[in-house]
Amino acid sequence: MTHSLQDMRQQAAIAAKVFIQRDYTNGTVCQFQTKFPSELETRIDKQQFEETVRTLNNLYAEAEKLGGSSYLEGCLACLTAYTIFLCMETHYEKVLKKIAKFIQEQNDKIYAPRGLLLTDPIERGLRVVEVTIFEDRSLGR
Amino acid sequence: MLQLGVAEPMRECEYSQISTRSSTPMETPYKKRTPKKRKWQAFPGRNKFYCNGRIMMARQTGVFYLTLVLILITSGLFFTFDCPFLSVQLTPAIPVIGGVLFVFVLGTLFRTSFSDPGVLPRATPDEAADLERQIDVANGSSSGYRPPPRTKEVVINGQTVKLKYCFTCKIFRPPRASHCSLCDNCVERFDHHCPWVGNCVGKRNYRFFYMFILSLSFLTIFIFAFVITHVILRSHRQGFLNTLKDTPASVLEVVVCFFSVWSIVGLSGFHTYLISSNQTTNEDIKGSWSSKRGKDNYNPYSHGNIFTNCCAALCGPLPPSLIDRRGFVQSDTPQPTPPTNGITMYGSTQSQSHMAAATPLMQSEPVILTDEASLPGRTSLGGPCSGALPLGGQPTPPTSTPNLSCDNGMLPTRNDHSEAHHHMDGVHHHFLTPEEAPSPPGMLPCGSPLGHSHTIQGFYNPASQDSLHEDSVRGLVKLSSV
Repeated sequence: MTHSLQDMRQQAAIAAKVFIQRDYTNGTVCQFQTKFPSELETRIDKQQFEETVRTLNNLYAEAEKLGGSSYLEGCLACLTAYTIFLCMETHYEKVLKKIAKFIQEQNDKIYAPRGLLLTDPIERGLRVVEVTIFEDRSLGR
Repeated sequence: MLQLGVAEPMRECEYSQISTRSSTPMETPYKKRTPKKRKWQAFPGRNKFYCNGRIMMARQTGVFYLTLVLILITSGLFFTFDCPFLSVQLTPAIPVIGGVLFVFVLGTLFRTSFSDPGVLPRATPDEAADLERQIDVANGSSSGYRPPPRTKEVVINGQTVKLKYCFTCKIFRPPRASHCSLCDNCVERFDHHCPWVGNCVGKRNYRFFYMFILSLSFLTIFIFAFVITHVILRSHRQGFLNTLKDTPASVLEVVVCFFSVWSIVGLSGFHTYLISSNQTTNEDIKGSWSSKRGKDNYNPYSHGNIFTNCCAALCGPLPPSLIDRRGFVQSDTPQPTPPTNGITMYGSTQSQSHMAAATPLMQSEPVILTDEASLPGRTSLGGPCSGALPLGGQPTPPTSTPNLSCDNGMLPTRNDHSEAHHHMDGVHHHFLTPEEAPSPPGMLPCGSPLGHSHTIQGFYNPASQDSLHEDSVRGLVKLSSV
């Protein structure tokens, strides 16, 4: 039987943690390495994992994109002496919420059933994507 | 390292109902007794927080108050003594424009001083352990007295950039980040530590800093020009000496403005140049991207043209604060590295010669620790601590490299050694606790994510300091069982 995310967290013990580091080849924008860590080989499909990381990278790129809308927001904020952010969220924050939802969704649908858990990078200072590997206690059926 | 059999095929995992939410009498009363702390109260850097974590400043704020007083007094005198005359004789637009500039200056000053400059939170113990392991694997186990410098090379837009490992924060610093020794934090896109503003200037507050010095330049020139105008107009009627008697404040204003103009306008010009070429003060001073270093040396972060660089720096998206000052500390989460100020480091990259003797111990200690419960006797400066804490509670190196970042007017303290002995004593005692309760190999404490919704019950709910050391023991255990 499969188990919910909550059950898993309450009951299982952590076997190991894998950290996906940042990829700085494009500068200081927030991107994570898509290289598949060897510890996850037995748990999840390589394509699936890389797809998750790639989508994350795209979301972060969207947050930091320099374009008409971000400049407009910046100018407007400057003109209102940045008080506008007391009532409005920045574009970045909106995308971060999207990312949080995405990770939650990925965990529920894909990672939790495999005994894995993704941690939102913002909780690790956007340094790493932490993948917690839970112990597989079912030693044979 | 994993408990799983390697040959197992991928399948849905079954989990038996093992509850780790043990109802030991130790845990629950402890949880109920401790009030929830906010993260800023447990912040490991040397910052001061006000308004329950909303305001964040550096430790020394004396010069900031001086800046504030100078601005307030000069502007106050201007509005009180010069504006009435000028608004009548010339135009009432003068105090209005002056007022707008003044408000803008104060607003940007407060925004620069009180906001998070882009501090990078320190690595959690699990992350630090993982990085350490990767470094050891990369360097090989027998590196002799001086381990090779902990750097990573990255190619960014065709330019090779070296990423350095920060011993205090236990992370590889992102490009353009630097560790401020005054605030004891790694700051993203570190520009400099400004004592006038009482804070570091980094990625998140650089635009406010620039707006501040730009508007202050205008304000200073504005006040200077109009005070001179006032004095001249009055002198035509009353004579110079009478004017001075009537408005003595004007003299003070002229003096303050005269000296300020040179420095502030100069600084604005310098930062305009930096913004248009997308460099930080740090990079400019070190000449990181100057063509003098080599023919192919160029700035990989520049967008190519001045306009885009300016827009990106001033109107680009404002990144969020990574340190979540007002969030609550999860009581069962091991906190990242506690303040380790002023403690000498073993096996550091820029190792001082006297530290070299301590480093060989670091290589062998982890193995010894898992076999015996007793600590090695304190033989030298490096003895117990190098064995006890290769991972957790790693002390900072004497502030050598970060010096380059914080040259602006402040010298880092050099009282490392006296503090080193004290802290080593404290740490030595702390370390005995995990020794008394050895854990089975492979069991990890729960370094749960600092999330709002989900927490994982750990086996222990100790004070953060002890749990950190326990984690480092576990980390060692994990290492040795690889």
